[in-house]
Amino acid sequence: MTASLSRRGSSLPGRYHLLIVGAGPAGLIAAQAAVRRGAKVALIERDLLGGTCLHKGCVPSKVIIRTSRLYREMRDAEHLGGRVPSGIEVDFPAVMGRMRRIRARLSERVSAERLATSGIDVYFGDARFAGPDSVTVDGNVLRFKKALVATGARPVRPPIAGLEESGYLTYENVFDLTECPKRLLVIGGGPVGCELAQAFARLGTRVTLVQDEPMFLGHEERDAAQLLSDALARDGIEIHLDTQTTRVRVEGSDKVADLVHDDAQRTVSVDQILVGVGTIPNVEGLNLEAAGVAYDSTGGIPVDDFLRTTNPCIFAAGDVCAENKFPHIETAAGRIVVENALFLGRQRLSAEVIPWCTFTDPEIAHVGMYVNEARQRNIPVKTFTVLMHEVDRAITDGEEEGFVKVHVREGTGKILGATVVASHAGDLINEISLAMSAGVDFHALAQVNQPYPTQSQAIRMAASAYVESRRMSVGAWLMTKLML
Amino acid sequence: MLEDELLDCLGHGAFRYFVDAVNPANGLVADRSRKDCPASIAVVGFALSAYTVAVERGWLTREDAAARTLVTLRFFEASAQGSTPDMTGYKGFYYHFLDLQSGKRLWQCEVSPIDTALLFAGVLTAAAYFNDATSSEVEIRALARELYGRIDWDWARNGKAAVAQGWKPECGFLHYGWQGYNEAALLYILGLGSPTHPLPSLSYVAWTATYQWERIYGCDLLYAGPLFVHQFSHAWIDFRKIQDSFMREKGSDYFQNSCRAVDVQREYARRDPNEYGTYGPDCWGLSAGDGPGLGTMRVRGRERRFFEYVARGVPFGPDDGTIAPGAALASLPFAPVLALSAVRHFLEQYPEWEESWQLPSGVNPAAPGADSRGWISEGSYGLDQGLAVLMIENYRSGLIWKLMRNSPPIRLGLKRAGFRGGWL
Repeated sequence: MTASLSRRGSSLPGRYHLLIVGAGPAGLIAAQAAVRRGAKVALIERDLLGGTCLHKGCVPSKVIIRTSRLYREMRDAEHLGGRVPSGIEVDFPAVMGRMRRIRARLSERVSAERLATSGIDVYFGDARFAGPDSVTVDGNVLRFKKALVATGARPVRPPIAGLEESGYLTYENVFDLTECPKRLLVIGGGPVGCELAQAFARLGTRVTLVQDEPMFLGHEERDAAQLLSDALARDGIEIHLDTQTTRVRVEGSDKVADLVHDDAQRTVSVDQILVGVGTIPNVEGLNLEAAGVAYDSTGGIPVDDFLRTTNPCIFAAGDVCAENKFPHIETAAGRIVVENALFLGRQRLSAEVIPWCTFTDPEIAHVGMYVNEARQRNIPVKTFTVLMHEVDRAITDGEEEGFVKVHVREGTGKILGATVVASHAGDLINEISLAMSAGVDFHALAQVNQPYPTQSQAIRMAASAYVESRRMSVGAWLMTKLML
Repeated sequence: MLEDELLDCLGHGAFRYFVDAVNPANGLVADRSRKDCPASIAVVGFALSAYTVAVERGWLTREDAAARTLVTLRFFEASAQGSTPDMTGYKGFYYHFLDLQSGKRLWQCEVSPIDTALLFAGVLTAAAYFNDATSSEVEIRALARELYGRIDWDWARNGKAAVAQGWKPECGFLHYGWQGYNEAALLYILGLGSPTHPLPSLSYVAWTATYQWERIYGCDLLYAGPLFVHQFSHAWIDFRKIQDSFMREKGSDYFQNSCRAVDVQREYARRDPNEYGTYGPDCWGLSAGDGPGLGTMRVRGRERRFFEYVARGVPFGPDDGTIAPGAALASLPFAPVLALSAVRHFLEQYPEWEESWQLPSGVNPAAPGADSRGWISEGSYGLDQGLAVLMIENYRSGLIWKLMRNSPPIRLGLKRAGFRGGWL
């Protein structure tokens, strides 16, 4: 059950129930949820409605990844019993054209006109707090009862000598390319770096991928990172793990980067450099001091589990404060803020079951705890693993690479977490997320009827392995008792 | 050929590697049989252990074995230690690869804790075996004590919980530590058992904290992909029925775990997910070893990537179709019937191996080679031959296990790691 506010009957005319700074996923979700429930909402954006995700992140990258996958499949046709088309040539302008069309189509859903029609007051300009309950934007002073700061983040500019002078791409401008680079150095082996490195490699670019950690996707399971590493190498990417980029310079038309691994040095010459080494929160220029909101220029705005800042009337959500920067976390945070800010809610971000996915091929998805996290908390954990090559549909699809690993509290059916590496891991993880959200024991997933054949059968197979394992344990226990 | 005769041939053949590849002047042993190959300190550790087997099997006299051991230990005792690049070791550890003649560091390689541990497993085996009052054997024991006592295991953590992978004078400690289940069990146990500069117990806890207990193909096991991980520490330590806290929690032990690892390897070979068409119930064993190194090429309609020397593993790979026949042989203590069956299969396929009785590091029937049987690794690797000698002997007589059960550092290290039960 939800409460509602009367927009027109506010006891404080001119004062917004919720003022939101930043129209990315968190801000938009919060604005739409609040206005649907009768709140008077102001939404301030200094750039494009929809934020990084829609314009410079998830959406354009997924479009390009899809096309790049098509090219990979064409080259791999023989493996699937097909014939490799002759003269495969990548039409890069067509790839980018499709990306722009799709981006425009999805942008339409969050146009200023639509938002205004739904009752949201949309302002464009730089927001600046004037006090603990007011913001100025484009000369207007807007007062609020509650506010949400969701200004997102921007790419980190790594302190690599010569990088700024040489010029480089980030997710903010890589989708503006009009020509496919022949040679590309990608610095950073996180989700952005791996996804785009693979996509460009499949579009015909000779890609060198440099990661300063010993494996890709630092927080993911070792086996997942290993499979990804193998997949990237198969796509022809030159991989340098545990390697630092120490210097960049321009030589003629080339950009030349010095790489150092332990004590070994090498140089690589490329046409473009793409940097994907993380983000820093957008907190500058907001005059957060005036609002009594503490912040840190690198860590962002600290919030409690209810997403409150140090000013209890001001909340923060999304990349400006969160550790895991994925849009679905932002949307969850946006929902929570509306409940907690406007309806006396006590919703905690930590109570959310939030899966995430890196959209490489294969995809790598995770939800809940990792094994080492469970073990650090002294939780006995057992992992039920099903290889995708055990799954009929994965075999028929020629998508046998990967696995489903479900981590269960040993001796119980409580699902602690899961990692899926598969062609469609981002979809497969949802069944486990649902079970975790609903508090469903793992054994229940063994009883779920599924159409045959599907790749999600892997999850049922893991659950069946759990059921079988429990039966064996009980059987062994009974045998011990009978023998005594 | 009867089992005993076959194992005699294989054991003796493998041992001959150490006679052929040793530099008698300093006891160092070449990493592999290729010309001008450097010495590997890990291979020296296997050699020192293999000498004891050779005495028991009548391949060397006790005096000869003691003399070979003494030459080796004297070399390490006299070799230069320090933080400059041209030394043989630092802080009691040794560089991974040494010049076979001069004993100096080669290839800008790292001071290697794991390879030092393998070396000292051999040193301690020798100290346990040569227990007579002759001057040679007294000296062997004294040198072993001195060299082992020199090692600053605690330094190798670089102030962190887990031991670092290595150190170089040019760049200091390598960036990551030993984590996850791997061959480092021996390293931690030797480090914990040191009388002078031991690792703290928390380092073992940190290492085991990254373990994963998994059910794969119906087998519950502590997962590690390459087979050698389930074998190296077992070449010296008898893990039967002794348990640390992790294995107590799981109701298993590391020996049983290695048995299950063999089952998983065979099941993977049966399934052959990458459709090499060459794996089977008697053709299994993905491990660290030599490979075709051909890069990426299209074979029978599929793009294949053939690696060089790499740690291959199941079920998550990498898997380029290369089998390590020695890994199947070294599974003898864990699955004797299966291991022998696999070895007989390999010898049927490659009868020329009976000339030397040394199994090559790898074969890959899916990769192009000299004949229709595909690629075959040339020559022999010391690690493979050493593991073969020790595992065959452990299966037949338990010699190395028995010796090391009475080695004080091993006993102390196991106890400090929390092992209890069984022979301990």
